[in-house]
Amino acid sequence: MKLLEYQAKEVLASLGIAIPPGRVAHTPDEAAAACRELGPVAVKAQVPVGGRGKAGGIKLARTPDEARAAAAQIIGMDIKGFKVPLVYCEAALDIQREIYLGFTVDRDARANILMLSAKGGMEIEQVAEESPESIARLYPNPWRGPLDFELAQLVYDAGLGELARPIAALIKKLYRAIPDLDAVTAEINPLVVTSSGEVIAGDAKLEVDENAMWRHKDLEAAYGSVLEGDPYEVEAKKRGLTYVSLGGDIGIIGNGAGLCMGTLDLVQRAGGRPANFCDIGGGAKAEVVENALAVILMNPAVKGVVMNVFGGITRGDEVAKGLVAARDNLKMKLPLVVRLSGTRAEEGREILKQHGIEPGVSAWEAAQKIVELTGAKTHS
Amino acid sequence: MSILLDGSTRVIVQGITGREGSFHAEQMQSMGTKVVGGTSPGKGGTEHLGVPVFNTVADAVKATGATASGIFVPPPFAADAIMEAAAAGITLVVCITEGIPIQDMIRVKDYLRGHPQARLIGPNCPGLITPGAAKIGIIPQNITRSGHVGLVSRSGTLTYEVATALTAAGLGQSTIVGIGGDPVLGLTFRDVVEMFEKDAETTHLVVIGEIGGSDEEHAAEVLGRGTRLKTVAFISGRTAPEGKRMGHAGAIISGNRGTAKSKEEAFRKAGVAVAETTDEIVGLLR
Repeated sequence: MKLLEYQAKEVLASLGIAIPPGRVAHTPDEAAAACRELGPVAVKAQVPVGGRGKAGGIKLARTPDEARAAAAQIIGMDIKGFKVPLVYCEAALDIQREIYLGFTVDRDARANILMLSAKGGMEIEQVAEESPESIARLYPNPWRGPLDFELAQLVYDAGLGELARPIAALIKKLYRAIPDLDAVTAEINPLVVTSSGEVIAGDAKLEVDENAMWRHKDLEAAYGSVLEGDPYEVEAKKRGLTYVSLGGDIGIIGNGAGLCMGTLDLVQRAGGRPANFCDIGGGAKAEVVENALAVILMNPAVKGVVMNVFGGITRGDEVAKGLVAARDNLKMKLPLVVRLSGTRAEEGREILKQHGIEPGVSAWEAAQKIVELTGAKTHS
Repeated sequence: MSILLDGSTRVIVQGITGREGSFHAEQMQSMGTKVVGGTSPGKGGTEHLGVPVFNTVADAVKATGATASGIFVPPPFAADAIMEAAAAGITLVVCITEGIPIQDMIRVKDYLRGHPQARLIGPNCPGLITPGAAKIGIIPQNITRSGHVGLVSRSGTLTYEVATALTAAGLGQSTIVGIGGDPVLGLTFRDVVEMFEKDAETTHLVVIGEIGGSDEEHAAEVLGRGTRLKTVAFISGRTAPEGKRMGHAGAIISGNRGTAKSKEEAFRKAGVAVAETTDEIVGLLR
């Protein structure tokens, strides 16, 4: 679960990290009131994605009128596919320097990595590419966390010796987000040093492991429902499906993430544009298939659906019968191409044919067929 | 010959009395896997599927001499189950469970450094099968046949798809290993490729990768140093959209690695044939 900035900052504050005073505003008037209370503020779009500053989602406001105007502009704006639901108005900071501090999972090392750099701010990725040595790194032991001397080394390696104490103390607090909250990313960029020497989180990014949400029901309850996500993704989640909207017009269903991703590749290769990725998991129970079809058919852009099912232990004829029933229950009229393989696939294909569903022997054949049937081919 | 698993391997199933564990233990038995017992806390002393059930892995190992284990326990208990198996001296730990929190797995990986005898496959994987001899996990045996192609994959269903195609074309398999799709895994492509390299029975190799991470790149590096195996690689997800990224931390450590393009290039550079669709794999292997 990706938290919004204000949510992440609430969490940081609960860990004892200093954050600037700020107020959430759902309307321009609330933003004006926040400015009246806090003085000059940054009005910041709340979306769970990076790059909002460059997209025009952050504006400075010196007066309540300016804050009102900025909020009116930002709320409802589309930033990388997210409609901005609200803004966070935060007291402007007296910035002396900006530091980068981040934790994430290093897949290659199969470990958590902690990174610290004196060159914080928006260009940190460029810094990583051009002078990787200016980012100090530490792999803390996952059972006991970082030790004091390890943190001291990290801070000196980053060239931040004069701030050794406050930064080491702050890192220890941020680290709690890993064992206590199952954070997979916890980033403060910039970590601001003010001219009075305070160290404050200027921005915050926090992502909690979806696989661990069962032990963080409180976070889910507090922050889970703020975002207006893609309506099909929301519905699919309710029905227990793994679904991602992709913007094209051919619905895609597969059992297993790899198979589904492979089908997506093939449809694109055949000249079509996938509307979604929908993994129905192992087997292919009639009820699950019907749920998947129902969600895909909610999208009016969809012109046809291709389904790729590997039978395995599940029998192809049973999958076919379930599919026919699902289509009939939903009164689906759009073209449906189904690629069945595995046990009793031939019997399954025969059943499909009898009921007017196009069977595909190979996934590639099925992908070409659905592109042909929907006339979706983009001539490029 | 084969890698990791053969008909004489003594296997236990952790979670043998559960729905999944029970179903798949029976499947494993039906193809001849030497399942010598299982665990289910509180049910020690009973019998299930004709084999003894123990409370703990240590008890099971002591009584049966098991060296391999298949784990079918729910996510909240799976990390502990892996460590329990390693601590009891099991040398091949296969964890099928999907949805284990990543921080649990990071701690497991650290713990396993103290138990180097324990080779972990998974989690979130279909397991492994040596056709005609034995399997641990959920790969359907009816789509496999014994032969000389080594198959290693990150995806479950794509593994089945490719195994089916190989079998239909008369290309049997020495061992099929599904290493799993999680970011924090046990054995990697590279580890398994090195095992196939040393297995005299294996003459061909199929590597099925996926976008994300750089395990495929590392395997390509090893193959590029010279291999006797005729190898074909396939990467799924070449058209998948870029994930909506939040922070910079991921980009700082991974740079440009992890894309389908980077992986395919790495294999080509290593002299490995790259299939653009799974349908092409059999042709390229011949």
